[in-house]
Amino acid sequence: MEFLSDIASLINSTLRISTPLVFAAMAGIFAERSGVIDFSLEGKMLMAAFVAAVGSYYLGNPWLGLLLAIIVCVCLSMLHGFASVTHKGDQVVSCVAINILIIGLTTALAAAWFGQAGLTPTLNEDQRFLEIHLPFADVLRDIPVIGTLYSDILSGHYVFVYLAYLSVPLVFWIVFKTSFGLRLRAVGENPSAVDTAGINVFTMRYKALAINGVLIAFAGAHLSTAVNANFFREMSAGRGYLALAAMIFGKWHPKTALIACLLFGFTDALQIRLQGVELPAIGEIPVQLIQALPYILTVVLLAGFVGKAIAPNAIGQPYIKER
Amino acid sequence: MSNIVVDKSKVPWWVSNVIVPLVNLTLALLVSGLFVFIAGENPIEAVKLIIYGSFGYIQGFAYTLYYTTNFIFTGLAFAVAFHCRLFNIGGEGQAYIGGLGVFLVAINLSFLPVPIVWLLAIFGAFLFGAAWAYIPAYLQSKRGSHVVITTIMFNFIASSLMIFLLVDVIRDTNQMAPHTVKLPEEIWLPSFEAFSGILGIKIRYSPLNLTFLLAIASLFFVWFLVWKTKWGYEMRAVGHNTQAAIYAGISPHKNIIIAMCISGGLAGLLGVNEILGVSHKIQAGFPAGYGFTGIAVALMGRNHPIGILPAAFLFGILYQGGSEVTFEMPNITRYMFVAVQGLIILFSGALENLFRPQIESFFVRRLNREVNA
Repeated sequence: MEFLSDIASLINSTLRISTPLVFAAMAGIFAERSGVIDFSLEGKMLMAAFVAAVGSYYLGNPWLGLLLAIIVCVCLSMLHGFASVTHKGDQVVSCVAINILIIGLTTALAAAWFGQAGLTPTLNEDQRFLEIHLPFADVLRDIPVIGTLYSDILSGHYVFVYLAYLSVPLVFWIVFKTSFGLRLRAVGENPSAVDTAGINVFTMRYKALAINGVLIAFAGAHLSTAVNANFFREMSAGRGYLALAAMIFGKWHPKTALIACLLFGFTDALQIRLQGVELPAIGEIPVQLIQALPYILTVVLLAGFVGKAIAPNAIGQPYIKER
Repeated sequence: MSNIVVDKSKVPWWVSNVIVPLVNLTLALLVSGLFVFIAGENPIEAVKLIIYGSFGYIQGFAYTLYYTTNFIFTGLAFAVAFHCRLFNIGGEGQAYIGGLGVFLVAINLSFLPVPIVWLLAIFGAFLFGAAWAYIPAYLQSKRGSHVVITTIMFNFIASSLMIFLLVDVIRDTNQMAPHTVKLPEEIWLPSFEAFSGILGIKIRYSPLNLTFLLAIASLFFVWFLVWKTKWGYEMRAVGHNTQAAIYAGISPHKNIIIAMCISGGLAGLLGVNEILGVSHKIQAGFPAGYGFTGIAVALMGRNHPIGILPAAFLFGILYQGGSEVTFEMPNITRYMFVAVQGLIILFSGALENLFRPQIESFFVRRLNREVNA
């Protein structure tokens, strides 16, 4: 039975760890499907974590913190759009600028306002999100298999975990089943054709970026007001890039991106477990190698050993309307 | 959208290469001032402290030039790759591994005559940095994996690898902290103190050392390589229009690999300054963000050595003056200057076209008036 509960807790942590990646990958799908590269997921996630933590500390309600994070992230997305859509600046440079700006700004402001080296004050129970226990979780726990599945794996997560997995079918429906989604994909593939059809390319890209900002805010709030009870320096730790890699590996498609995110989450959950464990024949693996596993996996996946990724056709190119 | 058709050929060169960058820089610094204000300090006092800290006394100025040295290397590193349209944001990791190269060469060959050890150590730094950039370059060229993501991942991996080596393999076993033994004193690069006697200045300690001259030489090296050789031409052709380059018989693969390796090698030279010149040992995390700053330096310097030198100097001023600010103003930490870098990249990189049409058309109209008058 211990083996089964080990597996259950591994799946449980996989679901939790994958959550910010899922939000970020879905956010990335909107931006990149519309033809705008978004490496700034990393910076926006970090900013959302900071704003959510500070917001709910002062306002006393994590939902208000989340709302503030959404507003700020949408503004950052608009900044990216202003630079790369309106002014046709280089999209990658714009993202790198946002990422570096946010790493500096969040830590500097945390230090200036709270006097601790890049930390925000610890949130109390009212100021953060708590784990949700699904009904009957305690009653059903003792039933074999179903009990484990329901009580140990499905129940007891933060609200963001459920929202993240619900967002995947929603994103799929918007992108592939609505006329908005059709226009979104068309803007990323062939903006001139969309323009000819009388749809404003710039407005479409701004809309996509706005949705992108909303989604990425959830990822940040999950980090600082749910799994942790404060913000700390560079707490996004490359998750924005991992999510982007998952999205590319998932070929800009919500369902396959989700699978890639879960794979990253699983590797991360596994690396926490593997630390300090003696493996048969190999012995103890250096902790640094284990910690580097998600990053190495990213490189391997991106190297496309499973098939070459084809990006939206117009990605990275500013649209220039003919006069 | 302005309706005036700007005839760019009539705009004097200094408008687009001097005036526009200066306007962008001014905007970035104004917004930075706003951040300083939000953090609860007086921006004008901060500027005074920056100027005093970087120019006010000889030791401070030496520190400014020491930082400039690092930024020249990382700025050139980003610029070389950028001419091939590659975003090498892995300067941080390449510098880290480059430091390993310097140290391994220097500690194992310290019996050789001193100038030869220096040359070999510089070569080691370049080689290690280049090797660390090779893999992302190969994956970009052959597998299409985006170089931004792979180089960022290689920063994380370099950091893990170096911590592993510093903890378990090359740590100075006489103490607990993760750093190596010091290199023998005979092979340290002469520091500014040694020269200051000749110049008739008395100075206590400064990290400025002979590597500064290597940085200046690198500026010439990059200028020559990118604009005066066949390879530089090929590399820029690939960056500008890959399809046209292929049609002209230029191999994108070869040029991507070479551009990234030179870029990584230049970043690796940072290790020469830090290890052979200043700390004489590898410390955990010694690249300390210089690799990222290189992006801002290169974009501000418009990816040209003539621009990179003043941009690196400006960041030297910001770093050295910035440490004076963090010392005097409790609410400002060094991360405020990371934010300033982000703003400079934003305004001189991504938003470089914000006022360009207006500024250029202003000069065109003025020229038109002169012609008509």
